Amino acid sequence: MSTARRGLWAVIGIGLVVSLALAGIVSFYASSDPDGLEKVAEDIGFIESAQDSATAGSPLSDYAAVGVEDPRLSVGIAGVVGVLLTAAIAFGLFLWLGRRHRAGAGSVAAEGAGSP
Amino acid sequence: MHIPDGFIDAPVSAAAGVLAIGGIAVALKRSSRELDDRTAPMAGLVAVYIFAVQMLNFPVAAGTSGHLLGGALAAILVGPWTGALAVSVVLLVQALMFADGGLSALGLNIVTMAFVTVAVAWPVFRLLVRVLPRSRGAWTGASFVAALVSVPASAAAFALWYAIGGTGTYAVGTVLAAMVGTHVLIGLGEGLITALTVGAVLAARPDLVYGVRDLLPRPELRPATRAAEGSPA
Repeated sequence: MSTARRGLWAVIGIGLVVSLALAGIVSFYASSDPDGLEKVAEDIGFIESAQDSATAGSPLSDYAAVGVEDPRLSVGIAGVVGVLLTAAIAFGLFLWLGRRHRAGAGSVAAEGAGSP
Repeated sequence: MHIPDGFIDAPVSAAAGVLAIGGIAVALKRSSRELDDRTAPMAGLVAVYIFAVQMLNFPVAAGTSGHLLGGALAAILVGPWTGALAVSVVLLVQALMFADGGLSALGLNIVTMAFVTVAVAWPVFRLLVRVLPRSRGAWTGASFVAALVSVPASAAAFALWYAIGGTGTYAVGTVLAAMVGTHVLIGLGEGLITALTVGAVLAARPDLVYGVRDLLPRPELRPATRAAEGSPA
C-alpha cells in the first residue's frame, strides 16, 4: 500500500532473516555451560530433583535434530524449525487478534502507550 | 532460567499453571488496546526473534551461561500485554518441541519469564522515558536499565516458588542470594541485547517502538497513520 506500510514489512523481513541466521547458524557457537538456574541448582545441590520433561523424547529435544550426526547441522535444523514454528503461531495469533479487534469495536483508540 | 520438572512440587506448579492461564486470558483481552496495523506484525516478529536469541547462551562467570529472557524487549517494542503473550508463545514452543523447561513447569515458566519480567521492565522503562530527555540515546539507555533489572527480578521470583514449593530442603535465603547474584550478571547481557535491538528499531522506525510512541514528535506520526488508515474523524 503506502510507503510507510512497505517500510514496516521491510523491517519485519529483515528481522526474520536475522532470526533465521541466529537460530540456524550462530546458535552452534552458543555457550554450552549450565545456565544461571542450572548452575545455582548444581552449586546448592538441588539439581538432582530435576526430572526429564514429558517431551524429552521429541525429535528436536534439547535443540538437536534426532538422527542428524553433524552437530552444526543438528542444532541449525532445530533452530530453523523452531523459528518457522514460532513464526506460524505468533504471526497467526497476533494478526488474528489485531484483525478481530479492528473488526469488533472501532471505538477504542489503539494509539499511544496506554498503561496496563 | 527455564525451570525443569521436579524443582517445584506439583501443587505449586499447578497453581502457577492456573495463574498463567489467568494471566494469558487477561493479556488476550488487554492486548487489543495495543494491537494495531503496526504492533500486530511486530509482535509476531518479536516472538520469533526472542526464540532465536534465547538459543544464544552467552558465558557469564565461572562456567555459567545465560540467555535473553526477552520480556523487557517485548514489552518495549509491542506493549506489556502483547509482550507477555509473545514470550508465552516462545515458552510454549520450547516446552512442547524442545523439552526446554518442564511441561508441568510451563505455568511456572510463563509466570516467571513472561509476566514477572514484563511487570518489572515496563514500569521502569516508562518511568525513565518520562523523566529523561526525548532522545534515541536516552530511550536506548532506558531499555538497557529496564531489561537489566527484569532478570534478577525473575530470578527472585524463582526463589519465591522455591520457598513455597521447592522439593529440595536448602535454605531459601541461600537460593535467593545465589539466583539474584548470578542473574545480575546475566541481566547485563539482557540489557545489552535489548538496548542494541531497541536502538536498531529506533534508528529505522521509531514509531515501531510501542513504548515511546506517545513521546514522538507529531509530524513523524501523522502521515503514516493517515496513509494507512484514512484521516481520523
